[in-house]
Amino acid sequence: MIEVKDIYFTYPNGVEALRGLSLTIQNGEFVAIMGQNGAGKTTLVKHFNGLLKPTRGEVMVDGVNIREVSVASLARKVGFVFQNPDHQLFCETVEEEVAFALRNFGFKENAIKRRVTWALSLLGLTQYRQTSPFMLSGGERKRVALASVLAWNPKVVILDEPTIGQDYQQKEKLRQFIVQLNAQGKTVIIVTHDVEFVADCNPRVVLMAQGKTVADGVAKRILTNYDVVAEGSIVPPQIAQIFLGLEDLGLPTDLIDVYEARRVLLSSLGVSS
Amino acid sequence: MAVIETRGLTYTYPGTTRPSVEDVSISIETGEFVILTGPSGCGKTTLCRCFNGLIPHFYQGKLEGDLVVASLRVEEHPIYELARHVGLVFQNPENQLFALSVEKDVAFGLENLGMPRDEIKERVDWALRMTGIEDLRERAPHELSGGQQQRVAIACVLAMQPEVMVLDEPTSFLDPLSAQKIFEVIHDLNKKLGITVVLVEHRLDLASRYANHVIVMNERKVVLDGEPREVFNSEGARLIGVGIPKATRLYQLLKESGVHLNRVPVTSEEASQLLREVLKRD
Amino acid sequence: MSVFEGFRFRRVSSPIHQLDPRVKFFYVCVMFVIAVMFNKLFPLILLFFIQMPFVWVAGVQREWIRSMRGALMFAVIIFLFNFVFTYLYTEYPQLPSMTLIEYSLSMTLRFIVLVESFSVFFLTTSPDHLGLALEQSRVPYEFCFAFTTAVRFVPVLAEEAQTIMDAQKARGLELERGSFMKRVRNYIPILIPLIVSAIRRSLELAEAMESRAWGASEKRTNLYVLKPKRPDYALALVSVLFLILAVYAWYFLPIPSLTTLLSF
Repeated sequence: MIEVKDIYFTYPNGVEALRGLSLTIQNGEFVAIMGQNGAGKTTLVKHFNGLLKPTRGEVMVDGVNIREVSVASLARKVGFVFQNPDHQLFCETVEEEVAFALRNFGFKENAIKRRVTWALSLLGLTQYRQTSPFMLSGGERKRVALASVLAWNPKVVILDEPTIGQDYQQKEKLRQFIVQLNAQGKTVIIVTHDVEFVADCNPRVVLMAQGKTVADGVAKRILTNYDVVAEGSIVPPQIAQIFLGLEDLGLPTDLIDVYEARRVLLSSLGVSS
Repeated sequence: MAVIETRGLTYTYPGTTRPSVEDVSISIETGEFVILTGPSGCGKTTLCRCFNGLIPHFYQGKLEGDLVVASLRVEEHPIYELARHVGLVFQNPENQLFALSVEKDVAFGLENLGMPRDEIKERVDWALRMTGIEDLRERAPHELSGGQQQRVAIACVLAMQPEVMVLDEPTSFLDPLSAQKIFEVIHDLNKKLGITVVLVEHRLDLASRYANHVIVMNERKVVLDGEPREVFNSEGARLIGVGIPKATRLYQLLKESGVHLNRVPVTSEEASQLLREVLKRD
Repeated sequence: MSVFEGFRFRRVSSPIHQLDPRVKFFYVCVMFVIAVMFNKLFPLILLFFIQMPFVWVAGVQREWIRSMRGALMFAVIIFLFNFVFTYLYTEYPQLPSMTLIEYSLSMTLRFIVLVESFSVFFLTTSPDHLGLALEQSRVPYEFCFAFTTAVRFVPVLAEEAQTIMDAQKARGLELERGSFMKRVRNYIPILIPLIVSAIRRSLELAEAMESRAWGASEKRTNLYVLKPKRPDYALALVSVLFLILAVYAWYFLPIPSLTTLLSF
């Protein structure tokens, strides 16, 4: 469980990124932290594995204050997949890359071998085991970065802007993968501004603006609330926009999923679906 | 008049055996707003680089087929000459700004061309005005947000007054609101100045409202080429897995269930309007 | 390092900031020549204080003090080196003489005077001003461009290095503990992504440069032009006067050594 208690954070250059933010994330939740660039989303999640410590306020991970433990020990529980995989890749083979964190955490050699095999197969990278990560395509490198984090089986997985530069099919695969991870009991936190992707996932949404939370609830409710969406400087999903245009016809306005939209329209037209 | 025309264009990067674009034959008319899309690795980035001569002059490799841009055969003219006709805006905002002030960056291309100082000044002022960033004139690129940086990049290209502007996934790193602003700026330039726009994008939900021509690539070939509504609604688009706008998807789902809207919508406003018509019918 | 802080340009405007960088550089060179001319402490101390008004007028006291503080460590090292080695070579095993002490102090002060003038130069000259001065001094454009672009990307690289460190720390990389050798090895996961990223960045920059007509014309024009104004001529004149005075003093005036001064 991650507890954020009224935290403030100011960068060394004087920029105040977080201004009194409180939040609780239970084990096994699927949360999307949303907001425009500069709202403080990445700053917030960097507290979850101790990379940043709040200038005021406290953050507790499973009852332990992040100020009292090292980043390495928090990282064991909280895996962080950074936005740009090239900021992590440096090994000669994909195998080494995935094994890197396992070695740092002190796993034994045979455990390392097992876990590497498992992580590679989970992400469809087995054939690249001996390949240099630099030879792979952008999408494949992203998968290597993901594999290298999942290999040590953290309880919490944070993905920072995982959909950037991805085409529709890649995003679909990612979405299914994330849902699967969550179904296995992992807490999944994604930092994103991709409303359509979030609309397809329908997680809990924490909307941030200027270092504070503006809204916190189910995606359906948050992304269709126009005042809140405007405050968070995001754009509502297309389905929500369509139904806003039909508000006066008495149709529900909290729709974000295209299949549900069809169901509602068909029933409104008296047609069986 | 076609401002970009290719026939059987095939290009292979040096050191590779398979071409990265194969047998591409397209025609883009002056003043069009074209969206070029397709799954990752389909060749759209490579095709962009053919339009301004980076291919073949910078990347070398083997270029076959015909490629004529602004009435110039691309293989026969150096990049710096083509740059006066075709501007290219790249995906990463940070890596296309070199100078320490916005003004100097916008002037960069003009300085390279050896233009006289007063003309450079005029064009820089004009480009900053057209992209709405006059207040950022003295700022350093590193202080700017991603959206502001991309507007500077557009101004830099605009200053050279090209007939065509090609933008390779310019909003990848931007949030939706900033992305919308960029599309509005580009749309403005297209409408007001008649600049032909070729926009490579995945975010069709935000960009498709501006386009009047869509080209879809898949596995190095052009597979769909036509009017946005037709292309998005086509079977081909569905098979390839193009991320069509949700409004269009809703139209398709309703059609499957026997409910027909009068037109294929691409934007949410169109969809609302069409749904209203259907709902009012009953 | 605080010594580098003193060389970073801050966006402030003062009469010194407005001066043509070429004139400022000429002044710095003159100071260098004068500093090298004298072996005795007295003129070097004078030289040190003569430059203070520049720091004040430019309003860069804080940064300047920081760079001086940083230089102090090097100054101590220089003094010790000079003193110990010259002593061992010449006067050992007698007691060190006043001349030796003065000599070592002078070497140290020379270094300090140099840091002082260069610091004022870099603190009051913006990188693009500097780049422009280089261009107009007939330095080939490729070098000027490389210089300003490098300066432009310094903050970007610094941020990226920080991000990479965070990303690797999040995989359990230990950067603070362990033996010296282990810590050095632990920087490989930071360096490699940084270098790879720099290479990728260079490629993207090259593409952008080409796309903006790089190399189109032999005669490259410029949006800005540096034109020397009255204050520039004034500084140039003052520098020349200093130089003349110094040469005169060196030839004709007896300069009191430390021993003579102390005996007063």
